[in-house]
Amino acid sequence: MKTESVLEKILKAGKLAVTSECGPPRGSVPEKIRHKAEQLKGYVDAVNVTDNQTAMVRMSSFGAGVFLRQMGLHPILQMVTRDRNRLAMQADIIGAYAHGINTMLCLSGDHPYFGDHPMASAVHDLDSIQFVQMVKKMRDEGKFQGGADIENPPKMFIGAAANPFADPFELRVARLAKKIAAGTDFIQTQCIYNLDKFEKWMEGVRDRGLHEKCHILAGVTPMKSVGMARYMKNKVPGMDVPQEVVDRMAGVSKEKQPEEGIRICVETIERLKQVKGVAGFHIMAIEWEEKVPEIVERAGLFPRPNAG
Amino acid sequence: MITAERKPLEEIIDFIRPYSRILLVGCNECVTVCAAGGRKEVGILSSLLQMTFLRQGKNLQIREHTLERQCDPEYVEELTSMADGVEAVLSMACGCGVQELSRRFKNKPVFPAVNTKFMGASERQGVWAERCAGCGDCLLGITGGICPIARCSKQLMNGPCGGSGSGKCEISPEVDCAWQLIWDRLKALGLESRYEEIIPAKDWRPARAAGPRKIIREDMAE
Repeated sequence: MKTESVLEKILKAGKLAVTSECGPPRGSVPEKIRHKAEQLKGYVDAVNVTDNQTAMVRMSSFGAGVFLRQMGLHPILQMVTRDRNRLAMQADIIGAYAHGINTMLCLSGDHPYFGDHPMASAVHDLDSIQFVQMVKKMRDEGKFQGGADIENPPKMFIGAAANPFADPFELRVARLAKKIAAGTDFIQTQCIYNLDKFEKWMEGVRDRGLHEKCHILAGVTPMKSVGMARYMKNKVPGMDVPQEVVDRMAGVSKEKQPEEGIRICVETIERLKQVKGVAGFHIMAIEWEEKVPEIVERAGLFPRPNAG
Repeated sequence: MITAERKPLEEIIDFIRPYSRILLVGCNECVTVCAAGGRKEVGILSSLLQMTFLRQGKNLQIREHTLERQCDPEYVEELTSMADGVEAVLSMACGCGVQELSRRFKNKPVFPAVNTKFMGASERQGVWAERCAGCGDCLLGITGGICPIARCSKQLMNGPCGGSGSGKCEISPEVDCAWQLIWDRLKALGLESRYEEIIPAKDWRPARAAGPRKIIREDMAE
């Protein structure tokens, strides 16, 4: 074991892992993050706490993650290279680790253009791959990126993202290989709606044996309505929602659409369980955390293994 | 070249409103090529300003001159006699030219008439696009001759983000995905394997991290 991460324990034991996510509130309201976390407790192994998602200011992943730790959950510290240079990133990593946060997800982040501070300057001192290299060096060599020794180095279980649906498709397996070479321990993918394309990507992943070097958690997001399906299909960069998914949501009455969305999500998980190399699921129920327990149960992923 | 665009007329007028005798200085280099501040643009701006002031019942005297190179003290000396008696100087050169005039004419206010934009190239008639970020440690030799610092919206050095679609950047269909361009080029050169070599964290000191930059050529410096 490289770390004390519960997620690592479950994945190393060969059990299907389940993670979910919590978007922190847009204000100093601990009760909101506690309420979201409460709904997930016992149903997931670890919880991503997003970092200024969609480039909108929210309570920090670190700050919100500490509340989750206090509640006995296992937060995954998300961090984007957009908002911090390498000094600030390392400072927050050792700070978070000192608070018992031992799992993180290294991202480049949505462009400020999409958020509510489009006038902000993005940092991007590092890119996501260089970021992974830095966290690995902190953990395995006990050194800061600048070379100095760290007292009690942060033993972080290192995650990164992969989007099999973005272009150029032929580069997407190589990009994963590069993230793994940098030191990525686990991957959470973009939300999967186009299963055929995902399976094709996984074929390429298996051909290179990458699924044996890194744990791949398949990302899923239940859709609440046909409006959300259309929005994700047309407006969200890097999202691949096939027309038949939109049609299926449109094919039921408005009141039944949330149930249809959950059903699609559960069916997706069932099919993904059959894909060799999928090590678990990352359920991103956006502002719909209360549905995660139901999805976990209906997908046969409950009870969660006791990782101690 | 360094590209620039003329500032809105109102902003320029606000600068020079208190004055009645100004020197308007163009530059024959980059800003001429990108049609922002050459001899022709000096003439146009001069007429616009005079017409505007005339309509307001004010008399504005403008001396016009376009230097060979406004960022070069040798050429700036040409302005010495022309600057006599003017109250302010308006420069149509890039920020380097404006500052050279400020250095030379210590007792006169110098105003910029253009916004300096970026180091770029002409894509087609009337269109210029950013190509170089001046990072001081060129990566083009390992990125297929296409710069990820200047041309990727997130300056990613190791591949495309999850927002690349149909060859375009997630921020706009008008912006090419730099990593799509790099990948296409590596393929064309049979250098696909190069993609998987990790470009390590950049040392930004040769860029701007070590403060304002200077080149000193010992063999040439006096």
